[in-house]
Amino acid sequence: MKLIFDKSVPDRRGVTITRSDVATTVNIKKEFLRDKPAQLAELSELDVVRHFTELSRRNFGVDTNFYPLGSCTMKYNPKVTERIAAYPGFAHLHPLLPQLRGGGMLTQGALAVLYEMDMLLREITGMAGFTMQPMAGAHGELTGIMIMAAYHRDKGNKKTTVLIPDSAHGTNPASAAIAGYKIISVPSTDKGVMDVNALKKLLNDEVAGLMLTCPNTLGLFDPNIKQICDLIHSVDGLAYYDGANLNAIVGKARPGDFGFDIVHINLHKTFATPHGGGGPGSGPVGVTKKLVDYLPVSIVTKRHDGTYALEYDRPKSIGYIAPFYGNFAVILKAYVYILMLGKAGLVRVAENAVLNANYIRVKLQKHFEQAVKAICMHECVLTPSKGMLDSGVHALDVAKALIDRGFHPPTVYFPTTVHDAIMIEPTETESKETLDSFIEAMIDIAEVAKTDPEKIKASPLTTPVCRPDDTAAAKNLDLACL
Amino acid sequence: MPFIANTAGQQKQMLAEMGLTMDKLFSDIPKGLLCGQLNLPDGLPEQEVRGALAELAGKNSIDLTLFLGGGFYDHFIPAAVYSIISRSEFYTAYTPYQPEVSQGTLQAIYEYQSTICRLTDMVVANASIYDGGTAMYEAMMMALRITGRNKVIIDDSVNPIYRVMIESYTKNLKIEHVLTHCQTGLVDREQILAKLDNDTAAVILQNPNFFGCVDDFSDIAEAAHKKGALLVVSSYPISLGILKTPGSMGADIVTGEGQSLGMPMSFGGPYLGFMATRMEYVRKMPGRIIGRTKDRNGNDCFVMTLQAREQHIRREKATSNICSNEALCAMTALVYLSLLGKEGLRQTAQLCADKASYAYSRLTAIPGVKSHFKANWFFNEFVLDLPKDATDVIGKLIEKGFAAGFPLSRYYPDMKNCILVCVTEKRTKQQIGMFAEALESVL
Repeated sequence: MKLIFDKSVPDRRGVTITRSDVATTVNIKKEFLRDKPAQLAELSELDVVRHFTELSRRNFGVDTNFYPLGSCTMKYNPKVTERIAAYPGFAHLHPLLPQLRGGGMLTQGALAVLYEMDMLLREITGMAGFTMQPMAGAHGELTGIMIMAAYHRDKGNKKTTVLIPDSAHGTNPASAAIAGYKIISVPSTDKGVMDVNALKKLLNDEVAGLMLTCPNTLGLFDPNIKQICDLIHSVDGLAYYDGANLNAIVGKARPGDFGFDIVHINLHKTFATPHGGGGPGSGPVGVTKKLVDYLPVSIVTKRHDGTYALEYDRPKSIGYIAPFYGNFAVILKAYVYILMLGKAGLVRVAENAVLNANYIRVKLQKHFEQAVKAICMHECVLTPSKGMLDSGVHALDVAKALIDRGFHPPTVYFPTTVHDAIMIEPTETESKETLDSFIEAMIDIAEVAKTDPEKIKASPLTTPVCRPDDTAAAKNLDLACL
Repeated sequence: MPFIANTAGQQKQMLAEMGLTMDKLFSDIPKGLLCGQLNLPDGLPEQEVRGALAELAGKNSIDLTLFLGGGFYDHFIPAAVYSIISRSEFYTAYTPYQPEVSQGTLQAIYEYQSTICRLTDMVVANASIYDGGTAMYEAMMMALRITGRNKVIIDDSVNPIYRVMIESYTKNLKIEHVLTHCQTGLVDREQILAKLDNDTAAVILQNPNFFGCVDDFSDIAEAAHKKGALLVVSSYPISLGILKTPGSMGADIVTGEGQSLGMPMSFGGPYLGFMATRMEYVRKMPGRIIGRTKDRNGNDCFVMTLQAREQHIRREKATSNICSNEALCAMTALVYLSLLGKEGLRQTAQLCADKASYAYSRLTAIPGVKSHFKANWFFNEFVLDLPKDATDVIGKLIEKGFAAGFPLSRYYPDMKNCILVCVTEKRTKQQIGMFAEALESVL
């Protein structure tokens, strides 16, 4: 398909710019002006609409296909939240208004959303206070680790390291390293959970804290979770809960009750805001009482008269990590989603997410290997059977063969602790019928792999492109059409 | 239950087929850690939730005539922008890990990267970062990695919101920050040159700067390069419709806030941080990058590339911890710029400058109101000295229906009577006239 620049026709115009009602005056020195206009495409509005409509047909989304991408929680994104985020009262609100005298009273509706969301997330996680500012999960991690660092600085602790399990997502060590810490990896047992004895040996006064995803990337809930948090606390370390997999336990159990001190939540996962092809997300961070003072500036508070205000005077705070109050429109969508589900709905989310994942696991256990033979939470990790591997069919081939059968592939080759991992997270919004047809497709792939492996390795055949050359892409860099 | 397809009967059937119970599925969670019923409200049906949120939206005042900018702007957004980015094939997709089913997102981001390069006169851009402030912080870290040095010079005419963010992000790191002071509206060359030495990793500037003043940093780029330092420039993308590009000034890393490219203000986000650089630094750049390659059958196609820089492969050695980008916002910017086109962007930028110029002449005609800076080439924002405390004046104008501008004393204590006024193409001559009358009446 042609690039948008290749469709450009000189002098063709898209939108008509509003007419000028003032004189054209040159108030800028000539040397400060660009000598020729930016070479943007010149297209009609219809050209642009057709171009992007054509591109959209080259995408799978949750609305078009089952999307069981493990660790990403690709659940249905309710349409009503898009509608509400577009209400002019929210969409047209300038973020600097509250910084003008009297401006806070002009943004009471938006401040109410931020405050009430804080309250809901406190109850859902068992934490004492939240910042809504982090703009993604990774940003939440960095914020959380900055809070950890501020706590230790304040106490005069000389802490240098952060412990992270070997099964963790790569973002955890990256976030802790960016914040200035050394990383020490904690091994897992053959049951797929943290090796508590190994953890004990790694504990010392240098340990600032531990970052943990629970359930972990194998979809397993660590039954020793409370003991692990206690151990970290024994060296005045802080326990950080990566909320990537909160969908498995939302409404049923709370990280605050497990003993965690800092929690981040991916609103775009658990609370159903659209992933947008890779953002925008939102990663609020919650903390226990002893850490509330370190949360970023500003925080929304409620006055005695019921009005809302922004608090900027926070001397112990880590400071500003976002220009304003976070990805407000994303927070708003997640708020609406929680209001619609309510207390009973949230419990059903976790139950059905776990039910659906186990249904797939059980139905496929004769056809694929399970990375850990146990009940899973919201996702299951499989690997191709020995027979499939012997015929040269790997996780990636299974992924590509699923595309031809109308499914977005699961996450493959992650977690890295499992060879040839196929990580399936169906989410609670999918029906039994969808799961059954997915299961049928997976079984079909397993069968064909044994009899006609080349057919699997040739897939996908139904897409506009097939198996791009990644090596060439990284070698012969073509990163822009100039 | 909302958004859950399986009926109670189906759930029972599925459990029976597995020979399991719901309790058994959650049996790894120790009994004592189950929380029981949460203290949350009951769920609301769509009709009720829309009513409740419409009421909240109504408590936000959007009727003010905005002369407020400060890096975040009220520009006109063509209807086709929202219509295109609302296609759910785009917005319900995720990171394009599987290129065969993500060519739409991948090609769009490649086109976005190309468009950012064309706008800034740079050769390579990433797939975007959260916002302009984070982009500047990431550019600073990138300059430290490239030069292996530890000192950065940043001018106080850089958006103070970005500067406080950088300060927080680097609190736990040992980086030497040197703050230079902008006295005349243009960056003070003498100060910068005096601080610039062989330990300097980067000079960080903004154009137009926070005060709206326009500059040409070519001489600073040259001086920085002589010392082996990089020039980082933050830009306002709409202004690049007419202003000299950072690329042609010799900037090494260009960043900026892309909200003005078709994104509503939405009370602070989601926005778009853009970043572009020279090809020689591409492997030190954070964030996703999309590249064009061939598929198995020799067809052109697009993939995420240079992933060896990123956290999911490099873990603690990654160039950044950032994993997602602001893909839908990047697409919004691309759609917006494609609809405006070459001439539309130039016209929009010119309109902003013309209207700001008109507003400037109207406002400075008011007795007691003067331009704050002597060198006064501005794009669409300018600083005025008022005869009274700007915070008070702005408060009074809110009562008259105007968001008059930003009180600079919030970040610059010496500028008590200074107001930063912004004019976009959305303001009319009539609104500007009414604003001038209102301002005069409260002084």
